Amino acid sequence: MVMLTLSDVGVTLGRRRVLSGIDAQFAPGSLIGIVGPNGAGKSTLARAMLALVPTEGRIEIDGVAPAALPRRELAKRIAYLPQGQSLHWPLTVERLVELGRLPHLAPMSHVAATDRHAIERAMARADVLDLRHRDATELSGGERARALLARALAVEAPALIADEPLASLDPGHQIDVMELLHAEASAGALVIAVLHDLTMAARYCDRLLVVDAGRIAADGPPAAVLTPALLRTVYGVEASVETGGVWPAVTILGRAPD
Amino acid sequence: MRAAPPRSVLLAALMALMLAAAIASLRLGPVELSAGRLLAATLGNGDRVAHIILFELRLPRTLLALGVGAMLGLSGAALQGYLRNPLAEPSVLGASNAAALGAVAALYFGLAALHPLMLPLLSIGSTIIALTLLFLLAGRSESPLTLILAGIAIATLAGAGISLALNLAPNPFAAMEIMTWLLGSLENRSFAHLWIALPCIAVGGGLLLWGGRDLDALTLGEDGAQALGVDLRRTRLRLLLGTAIGVGGAVAVSGAIGFVGLIVPHLVRPFTDRSPSAILLPSALGGAALLTFADIGVRTIASTNELKLGVVTAFLGVPVFLIHLMRERRLW
Repeated sequence: MVMLTLSDVGVTLGRRRVLSGIDAQFAPGSLIGIVGPNGAGKSTLARAMLALVPTEGRIEIDGVAPAALPRRELAKRIAYLPQGQSLHWPLTVERLVELGRLPHLAPMSHVAATDRHAIERAMARADVLDLRHRDATELSGGERARALLARALAVEAPALIADEPLASLDPGHQIDVMELLHAEASAGALVIAVLHDLTMAARYCDRLLVVDAGRIAADGPPAAVLTPALLRTVYGVEASVETGGVWPAVTILGRAPD
Repeated sequence: MRAAPPRSVLLAALMALMLAAAIASLRLGPVELSAGRLLAATLGNGDRVAHIILFELRLPRTLLALGVGAMLGLSGAALQGYLRNPLAEPSVLGASNAAALGAVAALYFGLAALHPLMLPLLSIGSTIIALTLLFLLAGRSESPLTLILAGIAIATLAGAGISLALNLAPNPFAAMEIMTWLLGSLENRSFAHLWIALPCIAVGGGLLLWGGRDLDALTLGEDGAQALGVDLRRTRLRLLLGTAIGVGGAVAVSGAIGFVGLIVPHLVRPFTDRSPSAILLPSALGGAALLTFADIGVRTIASTNELKLGVVTAFLGVPVFLIHLMRERRLW
């Protein structure tokens, strides 16, 4: 179980102010969606929580700053699924998933039985068991996304930050991935996902954090956050939001007039 | 994907190959030593000539070929993994060129004639200077591109220095001496050379072999690797030091020998699971075997002058590239 707290967090990359004044608290057992237009700072926010960019303000994971933790310790607490599907060498799916056990392995040691079990579990949950001997660079976009997700799950960390886990997935696989992330959260993990699909975000997330121009524009349950007015301000689109169903259904109607 | 043989089988096969190369290297040359003569000389009761040939000429030469080859193969594999570039080899960081420049300076200023150890020591010294420069140029950035750019700058600078020495050589013999050294050779190397190179190779090799999993993690990119607990700065320091010390020490005694670091990882990769860590040790063994075989070729191919090792490895490198090119174009 981990608790993530951000108080007045800011990030400056080069000369560009990417994030400022971010305040948020994330509790275990919830699926949190970070949404917002391109270039709003969503990925930077995810990277800030992993101490991958220099930050100002205070970030605490169970009371400790991520940057103050040794990398391996932090890696055991937060698993990360980076944006994009970059894979530089043609590893088999099984070897790829095995990388997730790295934070748990001493240098030059062998993969132990507990690690093997974690790898099998992760592959089973991401439904890539039958792909285990395939070259991960030759998989279809959807298969590769699942293999990379299995890699992140194999860490078995109490928190998972996934940056655009739905990119390049067809609707069926998008649902599979969101169901999986939701199940992780229901089992007690803290899951934070950067998402572009507002319908998926509204349907599965317990809470949405809308980031716009480096600041939090809204924060709360999807039904409260996703309003036509907010979508107009943040995305510059006209949208209708049906709130009568089990989850709010967002339909984008077109560009908002300037 | 074609299943790779078990790692133990691959390592055993490469070790057998290395051993075969070593034995052949002890036996073959202008004077061929039969197995019986070799054994007798090894046990100390052979004829005097065989004893001298074995212990003063062929043994140091063979051990150097094994050590230098292993270091070049290993550093190529480690750098390809770290830089995530199949064309990386020690020369991309400027290590080989810097080592060569030190040696050329020793030849140019006549320091090499003062003491046989002057040349290798100057060579290692200049590699360390180059490494320091590399750090200053690359700064705190963890991107491989910055490192490659800095490495190219240093390699070019060292290359220019070598050209300058050739350009200003006081007489054709001095230029010839420099050229000959640059072609790379293990001819007339003694145990004194071995004692210089071996500790460097041991330290450098150890640094490169340690923590191969960090290289595997880099398959996921820098963010992915860091989020798996890899300290990129430390990984980079380890790799640079390992390359500079190991390759510096190796090149210092052998001269510039190209292509081994580049081709050996490509040769062994298809027999592994292709993860960067799985290629390290096989590349060291493969490099040792390859360079030793190349050195046997140098001694046994009939030519008016003895062929230089760097020339033979360059010729070996071309077909490997062509095969890769054909695979890329799916002609084969």
